[in-house]
Amino acid sequence: MTNTEKKGCIEAVNLCKLFPQAGRKPLEVLKDCSLTVEPGKLNVLIGTSGCGKSTLANILAGYDCPSSGEIMMDGKPLNGPGSDRLMVFQETALWPWMTVMENVIFGPTVRGEMSKKEAREEATRILELVGLQDFRDKYPAQLSGGMQRRAELARALINNPKVMIMDEPFRGLDDLTRELMQEYYLKIFEESHCTTLFITTELEEAIFLADRILIMTFLPGQIKKVIDVDLPRPRDYRVLTSKRYLEIKGETLECLLEEGRKCFGDECNIANSMVDEFRRQANDVCDR
Amino acid sequence: MGKSDTIKENRGNETSIRRQPSVAVQLKRKLLNRTSLNGTVAILGFFVLWHLLVVMQAPFMKHIPTPVTVSKTFFILVQKKLFWVSLWFSTKRVFYGFVAAQVLGIPLGLAMGWSRKFKDLTFPVFEVLRPIPPLAWVPVSILYWPTNELSIAFITFIGAFFTIVLNVLRGVASIDKELYRSALSLGAKPQHIFWKIILPSSIPSIATGMMVGIGITWNVVIAAEMIAGDKGIGRLTWEGYLAGDTPTIIVGMITIGFAGWISSAAVKIISDKMMPWRRLF
Repeated sequence: MTNTEKKGCIEAVNLCKLFPQAGRKPLEVLKDCSLTVEPGKLNVLIGTSGCGKSTLANILAGYDCPSSGEIMMDGKPLNGPGSDRLMVFQETALWPWMTVMENVIFGPTVRGEMSKKEAREEATRILELVGLQDFRDKYPAQLSGGMQRRAELARALINNPKVMIMDEPFRGLDDLTRELMQEYYLKIFEESHCTTLFITTELEEAIFLADRILIMTFLPGQIKKVIDVDLPRPRDYRVLTSKRYLEIKGETLECLLEEGRKCFGDECNIANSMVDEFRRQANDVCDR
Repeated sequence: MGKSDTIKENRGNETSIRRQPSVAVQLKRKLLNRTSLNGTVAILGFFVLWHLLVVMQAPFMKHIPTPVTVSKTFFILVQKKLFWVSLWFSTKRVFYGFVAAQVLGIPLGLAMGWSRKFKDLTFPVFEVLRPIPPLAWVPVSILYWPTNELSIAFITFIGAFFTIVLNVLRGVASIDKELYRSALSLGAKPQHIFWKIILPSSIPSIATGMMVGIGITWNVVIAAEMIAGDKGIGRLTWEGYLAGDTPTIIVGMITIGFAGWISSAAVKIISDKMMPWRRLF
């Protein structure tokens, strides 16, 4: 799947998005929001809930139009959805009337890129990658939540997209399944290095997965800070106790909490003491 | 790794749970479960209560025959050709009307849900015709259709038609946006969207429309036969009334009840077959 020619660099410049509200002035969800989704990297977008992450994702995927601003992919302007930018949704969007196999081969067969037979072979390979080879003839309702997410991942991966946009794909899974999914996902990413914009609210998930973390401000949404995560790959859970991890966590948390205070009000002592706690932890590891 | 082991274990369990039992076992489970036993008790209880009320001469029950008299009449009737011919005619009329309603109604509903323009053009007319009760169509139907059979089948058609169209239309309208979006972003063209997304996602609504529709067609066919028909269970019941033969009336009523019930069960089987993804557990 590794394809050196495949790029998929998305640049968004000064995006604005207004939502009309009855009887009030429109809600400014995005304001002069500029970001770059760097090719071949796992870009994680993190922000407090309700800060406009999904709105941004929908705009980048082409489902929604910005009120103003420009989006370019590899230097060309984008309009409308396309199979070069695939989105994995918060809630599962597998078609319940198709088996896992039928769901996965849908993309390549409707575009006429592969014959049914070729698509089935490719799908078998990808289902093995996500660990669903024994479930290809089941209907989505017969799978557990984690399996559904993996099936959805397979349905996107078979199209070999330039960019994957994943909107909180592991939300609503229990902790253990979530950890398993993160490991699975990292393995797939580290093999394919497909440009990804991964959206989450979970700090640990963000740092564990990311090459770059883009932190979003609370309404109106902008990119507040970009943090490069230079933890070595391939990663596993040992990374979570490294000193560098805790440093990055402290830095990200501080930035996020500034935004959190905006929506909770200024008196947020608990938040402040949490940041201090993380700094102390980081120093402890330093000393050891 | 420990984690992948857990997954394999899960797999083993899930496949073993869903092994299909043999046909005999399935049938036994179906017939001898708590629900069907309770159902049998309820039906028997109904007949016992009816008998007691008549025997004790409860108010308003003076002209009602006992279940015993009714069953005697029933056994005489089932030996006559007339009974079976009547049942056959009613069933035929229900079947033709019902099938025609599905054949015309499902595509119409889909088209109305698919194209905004088509809906804007057709829905107003549809909404004006819909409240007209099927029986109000009887006179014009008799005048218009060349044969009696056609006019009664037309009236049953009217009964089921509006329900199915409305259900399909609502089914298409309520399709999950993300199911639609993900197909679009995977490069599906309009024909794929229609055949692979819109049509299958509206099957549950089609099934609901069919269930409601089959009930309405039985209601309508009996009434239409009483007004306009010769032959048919409705006619048989009506003639029982004209002859002052109460047991025949009640036999007619019960026959209609059972015929409707069997038809609904048949429609249920068909609609389950249309939705293999719905009967998984």
